[in-house]
Amino acid sequence: MKIHEYQARQLFREYGIPVTDDVLCYTVSEVEKAAREMNRMVVVKAQVLVGGRGKAGGVKLAKSVDDAVSAAKQILGMDIKGCKVEKVLVADAVNITKEFYVGLINDRNTKTVTLMASAEGGVEIEEVAKDNPEKIIKFHINPLTGLLDYQARDIALQLFDDIKLAQKAASIFTKLYKLYVATDATIAEINPLVLTPDNEVLAIDGKMNFDDNALFRQPKILAMREPDEDELVEIDANSKGLSYIRLDGNIGCMVNGAGLAMATMDMIKLYGGEPANFLDIGGSSSPQKVIDAMNILLNDKNVKAVMINIFGGITRCDDVAKGLLKAMEVISTDIPIVVRLSGTNAAEGLEILKHSNLPTVSSMSEAAQKAIELSRK
Amino acid sequence: MSILVNKNTKLVIQGITGRDGKFHTGKMKDYGTNIVAGVSPGKEGLVLDGIPVFNSVAGAVKATGANTSIIFVPAAFAADAILEASEAGIELVVAISEGLPIQDMIRITPILKQNGTLLIGPNCPGLITPGEALVGILPANIFKKGNIGFISRSGTLTYEVVNLLTENDFGQTTCVGIGGDPVAGLYFIDLLQRFEDDPDTIAVVVIGEIGGDAEEQAAQFIAEKMTKPVVAFIAGQTAPPGKRMGHAGAIISSGAGTAAEKIAAFNKAGVPVAKEPNEIPELLRQKLKK
Repeated sequence: MKIHEYQARQLFREYGIPVTDDVLCYTVSEVEKAAREMNRMVVVKAQVLVGGRGKAGGVKLAKSVDDAVSAAKQILGMDIKGCKVEKVLVADAVNITKEFYVGLINDRNTKTVTLMASAEGGVEIEEVAKDNPEKIIKFHINPLTGLLDYQARDIALQLFDDIKLAQKAASIFTKLYKLYVATDATIAEINPLVLTPDNEVLAIDGKMNFDDNALFRQPKILAMREPDEDELVEIDANSKGLSYIRLDGNIGCMVNGAGLAMATMDMIKLYGGEPANFLDIGGSSSPQKVIDAMNILLNDKNVKAVMINIFGGITRCDDVAKGLLKAMEVISTDIPIVVRLSGTNAAEGLEILKHSNLPTVSSMSEAAQKAIELSRK
Repeated sequence: MSILVNKNTKLVIQGITGRDGKFHTGKMKDYGTNIVAGVSPGKEGLVLDGIPVFNSVAGAVKATGANTSIIFVPAAFAADAILEASEAGIELVVAISEGLPIQDMIRITPILKQNGTLLIGPNCPGLITPGEALVGILPANIFKKGNIGFISRSGTLTYEVVNLLTENDFGQTTCVGIGGDPVAGLYFIDLLQRFEDDPDTIAVVVIGEIGGDAEEQAAQFIAEKMTKPVVAFIAGQTAPPGKRMGHAGAIISSGAGTAAEKIAAFNKAGVPVAKEPNEIPELLRQKLKK
């Protein structure tokens, strides 16, 4: 789960991480009021859940109230990578002596929370990681002790020559780690962390993502969720026991299992088609799940054909076939549907479907080719 | 021979009285797995299908000598169950439970290491040594005893490919589903090493997917350490970045973890990568002819 910058800043403040002052605004007049009250140079920042907003023109420096107003007019309503900007943050624009990067992630290889820090802040850290990996300090945190003060200080001393400044930064690192673990985060980034001419060290931007598997014990984080349209559909699908991601193609797919669902999408692409979605119905053959899944697929107006790909393991194909027949009784559609059943009791399943008008095939590649052919009619 | 599970496996089932636990206990028992105990706190003294139930794993180990455990308890309690098994001296823990918070896995990892416990999963279908032991939820009927080792991050895609192997007369030594979570127990390299050391395994099939760099590491390991041929398939070639494809681990983040990178790494290591699952038996045939 992702949250906006303004929400990450709230969490930073709660954990004692110094952040620039800010006001969240939904309208141009709110921005005008905020800029007037702050009465100094501000930065107007689009609040969207996608990266790259700076490059897209979603962040603007404003020297005067008029500047702030014109920035707000440009940014509010702007489209950034398919996300409409509905709110902006008006934040204090501090003078910057130097910019740094600090981030925490879960590292799959060492199975630890890993702190990354760099004196090359403000820019895309991925680019630094790629071109100059030696410029990123990486520290794997022992989960049994957490990030200790001296460890944080050692890392900070690689970024700051002055011990007083290093101590300020180290305190931010340990607070960020506490926040990260307490909220089951999967990423917590301060980019940039800045040093000001007054020797203050503070965050002027923040990004946090959270572990979906841990939301059951993070009610406060869950309450921060502001899903966009696509995510609403995904969340709705999840509540029905389905895992759904909408894509741009026109062949809807319904598959049991995530790996097989990905392989099915790949297969459609391999034979010259474009998958409309990822959809994993899980290991159950209940007719209700099939009905829910079909409804989601058919709600996507781009879908011109549907490929159902089931490999019966513990799930029996004859049960799936019965579920499909029941589902077809309730769903009326002209969209052609190809069904592929294989594995446990596939022969029985195909026999059951013989009496329906659903075309059936026994291999994945045949099903993909047939679905592509039907989508072009 | 085989890896990890065999005729000597003495299995304890954690969460034996739950719906999934009960169902799959029956399947594993039917297959001939040596199930010696079940654990369900508060139900000690119960005998289910001939299997004695204990309040704790320690109690089960003491009474039965169990050496392997399989976990079906809900995600919120699964990390606790894994640690309980580890502290009771279980050598191999197979966690079927899905939806474990990543921080739980990170917290228990150093303790498992300290105890020398091997973990498979969580969020995995388990493993099978055909003809000897099924420790998982895999559909036993598609497997066949033979000489191919099999490692996969996915469930039904595993069944799809194993079925193709069996139909093409490629039986298996052991098939392991390592699960789709970002932080998990044994991974490709650990298992490739075991298959390399297993005298009966003549070749290995690896099914990877997008996310992380475990496949790249596996490719490097194969190039440097393996004498046996390996054939691979990578799911998620068409997956867009930033979207989690069902498995928590299957996500392309900041350009890393793409299928293209993984395929390139395997090819560089001399591992042919199938374009579609159907090609795997043929690639295996070619590799074994040489």
